[in-house]
Amino acid sequence: MGILEVKGVGKRFGGLQALGDVNLSIEENTVHAIIGPNGAGKSTLLNCLVGKLIPDEGSVTFAGTSVLGRKPHEINQLGISRVFQTPEIFADLTVMENMMIPCFAKRDGAFRMHAIENMEHEAELIAKAEKMLSDVGMLEKKDMIGSAMSRGDKRRLEIAMCLVQEPKLLLLDEPTAGMARADTNNTIALLKEIKETRDITIAIIEHDMHVVFSLADRITVLAQGTPLVEDTPDNIKGNPKVKEAYLGETQQV
Amino acid sequence: MFGLNKKDTTFLLIVIALTLFTPILMQPFAEGSGLAQFNGGYPDLMQKVAIFGIFAVGFNILFGLTGYLSFGHAAFLGIGSYAAVWMFKLLTMNVIPAILLAMVVSGIFAAAIGYVSLRRSGIYFSILTLAFAQMCYKMAYSVLTPLTNGETGLQLSLDDPRVLDGASEGHSLPVTNIFGLPMNASYKLEALGHVFTFNVGFYFSAVIAIIAFYVAIRLFRSPFGMMLRAVKSNQQRMTYTGLDPKPYTLAAFVISGMYAGLAGGLLAAMDPLAGADRMLWTASGEVVIMTILGGAGTLMGPVLGAGVIKYLENIFSKINEGVLHQWFSFLPDGLEDLVIWIFARFTGEGWHLTLGVTFMLVVTFLPGGLIEGLKRLNKRIKGGSKKRDKYDDPDPEHRPEPGKHVA
Repeated sequence: MGILEVKGVGKRFGGLQALGDVNLSIEENTVHAIIGPNGAGKSTLLNCLVGKLIPDEGSVTFAGTSVLGRKPHEINQLGISRVFQTPEIFADLTVMENMMIPCFAKRDGAFRMHAIENMEHEAELIAKAEKMLSDVGMLEKKDMIGSAMSRGDKRRLEIAMCLVQEPKLLLLDEPTAGMARADTNNTIALLKEIKETRDITIAIIEHDMHVVFSLADRITVLAQGTPLVEDTPDNIKGNPKVKEAYLGETQQV
Repeated sequence: MFGLNKKDTTFLLIVIALTLFTPILMQPFAEGSGLAQFNGGYPDLMQKVAIFGIFAVGFNILFGLTGYLSFGHAAFLGIGSYAAVWMFKLLTMNVIPAILLAMVVSGIFAAAIGYVSLRRSGIYFSILTLAFAQMCYKMAYSVLTPLTNGETGLQLSLDDPRVLDGASEGHSLPVTNIFGLPMNASYKLEALGHVFTFNVGFYFSAVIAIIAFYVAIRLFRSPFGMMLRAVKSNQQRMTYTGLDPKPYTLAAFVISGMYAGLAGGLLAAMDPLAGADRMLWTASGEVVIMTILGGAGTLMGPVLGAGVIKYLENIFSKINEGVLHQWFSFLPDGLEDLVIWIFARFTGEGWHLTLGVTFMLVVTFLPGGLIEGLKRLNKRIKGGSKKRDKYDDPDPEHRPEPGKHVA
């Protein structure tokens, strides 16, 4: 029994069957990659996991609790954090404030009226945020405004914001999309370090095979809304069905 | 001090000092001199500045922090006034229960209106709040006449019960007071040809304004204030960080509604009558203009905006054609008439034209409001008068701007 169990999930958009009968089980403390050609339903699947979309059929269970019908912020409170394709941070706030917000969310829940408290008195949370920033090598940038940072740094900050919540499951949606090679390599290194040093399950959606093969323990290939195969990276590399899905039947590779 | 850092404490102390010495600062020109025209019109004007300062500071908690632009905040101002006048009629002429009730009632209305309006954001939110405010206005004007006294406005009368004050003696209406000290009492001091008036009403409003301002600073600097800025910055990230933006925005809406109610209650405390006109959409627009003119999202901006607008209103609407004739009497006849005609468009009744032009200039050249103007001026003074071209501006992509502080 994996930490995340997806059973028979289907989702239609009008006449388009975006997902059909998706079964997926993600084991605890592994990195599970979901790959597939454009339009395979990767992002739809991810949105079904975090509560942005509600599947038409099937069930999604996280650590024994059904996530269906819960709002995104409730699902996050269960222990799922999400990293977006384009880094979503609080661009008008400083790096440190960006880190403090998830700290408060983790400690105080979805809403608390801490209007009289003083930020400077939250020594414990500040220490936690600073520790996390130094872990991802951004401590010296803590007073910078979010919008002033490079894309790679924004991504790094976003991952740090998710990690500081100590999630059980980290979802990454094409974490290196549109990044320069150097930034991509930095991100891979960061994710590898996270995988090795933390008690965390990672699910990653990615186009870049280099990223997938350097991180994943298991890979699920999605094609036309259904899982084609699920296997280890080495077996996926040689699988003819995968090549077919990606490159088309007649193409010789 | 007071749970504020050093910079904020200095800031607060300056505000307190300015308010305490207002009666002196606002009378720079001797009585009877030609320039007395430009005196601050104390105490009426200064009361208004303090009260509308509270209104704008509260509005800024919603608009400046969360970015939700309410176009119906005057409704809460009006509701506050009605609640306060009812308190004067039924309970006592003491202003304390009146302004407390004003805050409670407007807070309840804000919770109801906010709950519905906050289901939408952006322009739809603005339109919803505008619609609710116009409904309040129309209802106060017609259907709710037993409560609001319709067109005439709610006023005191001699046969009001006033349970705590006991039966009123004499034949004149009682005046609002704070534990027996009447609001309209003043102590006049004549010195150096100036007349300095120390007015109870002004000092009462000023003290309340300082408290309201202090609460706003605390709120801006608190984790709650940070969450409100997070709402403005990225609601998607906020949701996926496990936070529910809705109760945060609703709390901000209710708090700013209560500020508006407090301002409305104070208006009634200075002059115990309440009319539906106070809720009209132009009044809602005025607080938007005050906040943007001064600088939305900054602490001092709304107060500055309220001050500038109320001062301009007072000065410009006092300048009538008679005054203009005095000023331009040295010009030849034909020219004099022309100049007076032009100036008359911008003064007296036409002062809104001046306001409009000022607002346009500020929004075009100082998008951050007057506060941004002051900051630039400060930089110019410190950095010398070095001519800068547009390419000299720091590139935000590669040169990070220094930490943005709300001040």
